[in-house]
Amino acid sequence: MSVDKKTVAKIADLARIAVKEDELAPMAGELNNILDWIAQLSEVNTDDVAPMTSVVEVDLPWRDDKVTDGGYRDDILANAPAARHGFFTVPKVIE
Amino acid sequence: MTALTNLTLTEARAGLANGDFTSCELTEQYLAAMTAGRDLNCFIVETADIALKMAAQADQRIRAGTATAVTGIPIAVKDLFCTKDVHSCAASHILNGFKPKYESTVTANLWRDGAVMLGKTNMDEFAMGSSNETSYYGPVKNPWRATGTDGVLETKDYVPGGSSGGSVAAVAADMAVAALGTDTGGSIRQPAAFTGLVGLKPTYGRCSRWGMIAFASSLDQAGPITRTVGDAALMLASMAGYDRKDSTAVDRPVPDYGPALTGDICGLKVGIPREYRVDDMPEEIEKLWQQGIDWMTAAGAEIVDISLPHTKYALPTYYIVAPAEASSNLARYDGVKYGLRVDGDSLDGMYKNTRAAGFGDEVKRRILIGTYVLSAGYYDAYYLKAQKIRTLIARDFARAYNQVDVILTPTAPSAAFALGEKADDPLAMYLNDVFTVPASLAGLPAISVPAGLSRARMPLGLQLIGRAFDEETMLRAAQVLEQAANFEAKPEIWWRER
Repeated sequence: MSVDKKTVAKIADLARIAVKEDELAPMAGELNNILDWIAQLSEVNTDDVAPMTSVVEVDLPWRDDKVTDGGYRDDILANAPAARHGFFTVPKVIE
Repeated sequence: MTALTNLTLTEARAGLANGDFTSCELTEQYLAAMTAGRDLNCFIVETADIALKMAAQADQRIRAGTATAVTGIPIAVKDLFCTKDVHSCAASHILNGFKPKYESTVTANLWRDGAVMLGKTNMDEFAMGSSNETSYYGPVKNPWRATGTDGVLETKDYVPGGSSGGSVAAVAADMAVAALGTDTGGSIRQPAAFTGLVGLKPTYGRCSRWGMIAFASSLDQAGPITRTVGDAALMLASMAGYDRKDSTAVDRPVPDYGPALTGDICGLKVGIPREYRVDDMPEEIEKLWQQGIDWMTAAGAEIVDISLPHTKYALPTYYIVAPAEASSNLARYDGVKYGLRVDGDSLDGMYKNTRAAGFGDEVKRRILIGTYVLSAGYYDAYYLKAQKIRTLIARDFARAYNQVDVILTPTAPSAAFALGEKADDPLAMYLNDVFTVPASLAGLPAISVPAGLSRARMPLGLQLIGRAFDEETMLRAAQVLEQAANFEAKPEIWWRER
């Protein structure tokens, strides 16, 4: 499986990274080098092997569904590039 | 006053306890060394005011008799850790100006115990790299330089390894007693090997990841970088522990690692995995490994040949799993909540422009790979396949540990390479982690111990991999290795002259 310019443009769109037209071909080349190398995994037989979900054998902890922390609105907004009236602000999204 | 900047943590602790010097005096010497060593580019931010305040508090505590093992010890902190109101940007432009309003659990544990923060160290952007060349803040120079065949020190700069490059360079250049690193596929162990230091990656879950800027969440672990194995044990004991804020932090008591360092490994079974004997292994690495085997034998250990059959698939597996997790983790950098914002003609345009300007080339490459392997139609072929092979890799180790107590391998396939030498070849760079990635995928603890010098007189390390949550046996074996290797070389100081 190898990627072409069109696929790179699509992935970049999914990843929300602006890529200039003249960057697409070199990027496709780099990604293909990596994907070709990764392709060796297809030679491993993984029938009946369960995919790893957790590297250490522990049960995820449970706790009561109660609010235990919070109330940091100003702290959370402190690093925002743009905030107003206690909210994050973004470019207009509704026409 | 005599120079205090080459003391081990253990020695500095004794000096503080005896009243030979104060933490303020110790800290001032380190701050002066940092200023004199700025050419190495180890620190992104120096926090002298905070350091002196913490040192004064530590001195009070020492006088009051309530000191711990790390009280008053000046340490450097990788920029990946969130430190309250102090620059924490993972060496990325996208987190430009970010000063968190909270403290990571690991650093909070160290401050609770009285350690002193010297500053935030340089690193590969978002810990993605093996040479510290992907940092937005420029590369770190290795304090070590190669010696030519004529016996003269070269003037060429070498990489310190990565991603914890600033942390190791700071300790190697006597600008910190110890440093915090993080390890996803080798980011503590490989740079420690490149700079003649001890680097420890604990078992996954031993240290809380809360407040550590995430790269690949199923692999990331914090760990110490120190001058000795004993120092690493003291640091880990302070850093580790259960944390309700990280659901993968394991609720187990943290042992006092000191008593585990008995120096006795009689009868310990040390596994030598035959698959790590890669075809193009340089002769000096092969020799070092054999030397390590001989040292362990001489100390009474039993050497056992073992097989880890899926070793060769570990790196390509890692380069699916880690980018997949990274693409998901790094989705949060969108110009809204923190850091950089670059305007666009729409909300989407703002996201795209921000991420294009904020991420460096290697980070973009990994996000794109990760997005691709998780995208519809490719998920099974890549991501699911990789997670299945990860199961096989972990199973290889589990079988091996039926026969052995620890596993001995080289840490890296070479000594440090020259700055720029591999920067344009991502695959060649990835291969640096060939010996460190398998233990990461299996979540096992591993440590790099300085074991010798290359022909060009650059440091080389050996790696010990332990059973999950058995850092004690691994540390015991590592200290025996350390004593046998008796690595006392220091880099020639060239960086203060310019």
